[in-house]
Amino acid sequence: MVAHLLRLKLTLLRNGLRRSPWQLVGMAIAGLYALGVVATLVIALVLLRKAGLETAHTAVVLGGSAAVLGWGVVPVVASATDMTLDPARFTTFAVPMKQLLAGLALGGLIGIPGLATALVALSTVATWSRGVFPALAALAGACLGVMTCIVLAKVVTTATAGLAASRRFKDISAIAFMVPLVLLGPIVAGVGRGISASTGFLPEFAHTLSWTPLGAPWSLGGDVASGRPGQAAVKLLLSVAVIAALAWCWKLLLERALVTPAYAGTGKRRGGRLGLFGLLPASPAGAVMARSLTYWLRDPRYSASLVVVPLLPVVLGFQGAQTGSYGSLVFLAPVTAFILAWSISADVSYDNTAFALHVATGVRGVADRLGRALACLTFALPVVLVFSVGYAVFTGSWTGLPGQLGLSLGILFTGLGLSSVVSARYTVTVPLPGDSPFKKPPGNVGQTLAVQFVGMLVLMALVLPEAALLVTQAVTGNILFGWLSLAVGIILGLALFAAGVRLGGKWLDSRGPELLAQVTVNR
Amino acid sequence: MSAPIPDQASSPGTVAALSIRGLAKRFGGKIAVDGISLEVPAGSFFGIVGPNGAGKTTTLSMATGLLRPDFGTAVVHGVDVWQQPLEAKRLMGILPDGVRLFDRLTGEQLITYAGLLRGMDKAVVAARVGELLAAMDLAQDAGTLVVDYSAGMTKKIALASALIHAPRLLVLDEPFEAVDPVSASNIRSILDRYVDSGGTVIVSSHVMDLVQRMCDHVAVVAKGRLLAAGTVDEVRAGLSLEDRFVQLVGGHSHTEGLEWLRTF
Repeated sequence: MVAHLLRLKLTLLRNGLRRSPWQLVGMAIAGLYALGVVATLVIALVLLRKAGLETAHTAVVLGGSAAVLGWGVVPVVASATDMTLDPARFTTFAVPMKQLLAGLALGGLIGIPGLATALVALSTVATWSRGVFPALAALAGACLGVMTCIVLAKVVTTATAGLAASRRFKDISAIAFMVPLVLLGPIVAGVGRGISASTGFLPEFAHTLSWTPLGAPWSLGGDVASGRPGQAAVKLLLSVAVIAALAWCWKLLLERALVTPAYAGTGKRRGGRLGLFGLLPASPAGAVMARSLTYWLRDPRYSASLVVVPLLPVVLGFQGAQTGSYGSLVFLAPVTAFILAWSISADVSYDNTAFALHVATGVRGVADRLGRALACLTFALPVVLVFSVGYAVFTGSWTGLPGQLGLSLGILFTGLGLSSVVSARYTVTVPLPGDSPFKKPPGNVGQTLAVQFVGMLVLMALVLPEAALLVTQAVTGNILFGWLSLAVGIILGLALFAAGVRLGGKWLDSRGPELLAQVTVNR
Repeated sequence: MSAPIPDQASSPGTVAALSIRGLAKRFGGKIAVDGISLEVPAGSFFGIVGPNGAGKTTTLSMATGLLRPDFGTAVVHGVDVWQQPLEAKRLMGILPDGVRLFDRLTGEQLITYAGLLRGMDKAVVAARVGELLAAMDLAQDAGTLVVDYSAGMTKKIALASALIHAPRLLVLDEPFEAVDPVSASNIRSILDRYVDSGGTVIVSSHVMDLVQRMCDHVAVVAKGRLLAAGTVDEVRAGLSLEDRFVQLVGGHSHTEGLEWLRTF
């Protein structure tokens, strides 16, 4: 039975890849990336063999604890768990509980995160191959550590499965997760400074962690190597007990989950509130705009990028505070303009098959393109203006404002035009409607990367005039070039915006059904 | 409606609301639809039946402008769907099967959106949305997001979106799937009235009983080919539609085996 479950997982994986060669390319790219990370860590662990006992012990325990923590936390906040072996699907097949548990646990190892963790964990054996006993202890520790990771992830996902089934929880957790992710740089820097301020903190911290379920298994090799077999034995017992307790919790949760399917109930609400549909012009373009704006607010896949925008000045400002020069803040407005304008380049991919409504109603391509672009412009324009002016206020230098505005507006208008063309022709792999913004289906990553990369190159080429004028102003110090950049940014930008909307609309008119067929593949 | 209807003058009773000729579609190595030709008379309640994977959805998608055929033509009230798509789509209301909806809108917003996308007047849309919600028994949930609807409610809201512009031809792919009996009966009476007043309805289904009771014409499709078409009485030839269907499709060979199923 366990072998059946493993074979099922492998078959599901293989059939997923067979759907299109691009799936294979995507998997290969993800695999290569993981391989790079794994290789780095493995080499580091092997090199640690020559390092001091204390250093090696600290590194292994801290790294291992972080891995366990990651396996416990990531599945919840990202709701990006691999659900190919969702226990709910086995409800009808009276699989004996013990075998189901073993099969699901081993199945969790199959896949890039599982294999990577296992490989890195086994490399700790190399770190502690300073004798037979340390190596054996490290091997036991690695196996126990990986098991802790997997079982913990299963416990956490099973426990929150009911919660995660509620749409509201999914929406909010996905957006909330963006905040620490964006602020990762400042957070890491802050923690790093705190640690370096107090020397000897890390080994002490590692020592403390090694007595917790997070670090206990990873500490075995180090303890034996340092001549503390007694401590190692206690930690071994602790690790085994923790795994047993987790497995028991998982079994209880799974038993409950198998008989109580997730229920996502909501209250009734009468109509009468059309929201933005009542405010915006009652034309096809106005309706598309109202729909897009509603999605920017209600769909976490869109609103997650809205959450990022106010955090951008925080990140860049923090960087400035660290280095003492706020030079990078000059990029704030142009980068924001780029991010927002480019965000609609995958609009049709985000619609997924709901795009069928546009094809079925025969809405003109131009109205479709214009509505989406204007929806983005509604908030992007004020944000870019505020960021540009804010930078001028911050630096107290107003001579740079026209040029800065010119480049930012140029990028915004041109980018929206370009996005209108791109999303009318090319589909990319994006999270499906209702999924977490972080859960990218393993689709045609190759095409996705190509579209993104080429699109950005084209955008850079299109805003070259504004950029050149801005540089000229910086070199000559003549503010005239700044004003010229502003004029070019607005005039050329709007012209390219109009051209993009028209060309995208034309393509949409002639290739709407083909585009619908393309998004149907990523369903 | 000023669309050209060429054959109406010559033979009024037999105008085709939808006329498809030699439609064919291949997905990779698999031929999904293998040259289907079909006439759907105006004012008929037309059922398309076939086993799973027979090509019903693919045929209807090609006939309604959602999927470009490899070969063949589809003409709606004299307007070629693939030559003049905008004109043809104005005549049709479509309920596709297996596609998502813009489900982060409320039910009310979704129907409004469908109306406005077709360039309809705001006041007309508002009035019709209210009536459609009442007719579909969704007035209580009009302000709920469609993503929180049940499967049957979702089907009904999609149907309402297809009706908003008062099309001459309704193409409904599996309209009664997951719809409760009370709502199904409401929808049937809406459709009956629509046909009585001159509209044409095409439904696909694999519930034979329903098709026999509801439709006046039927086409049987299997493996991407048309096996029979005509009035329901012509096609069933004295048998029940279900028996005739099984006879046509020829899938009734396995009743002899499975003896062990009776030995418990």
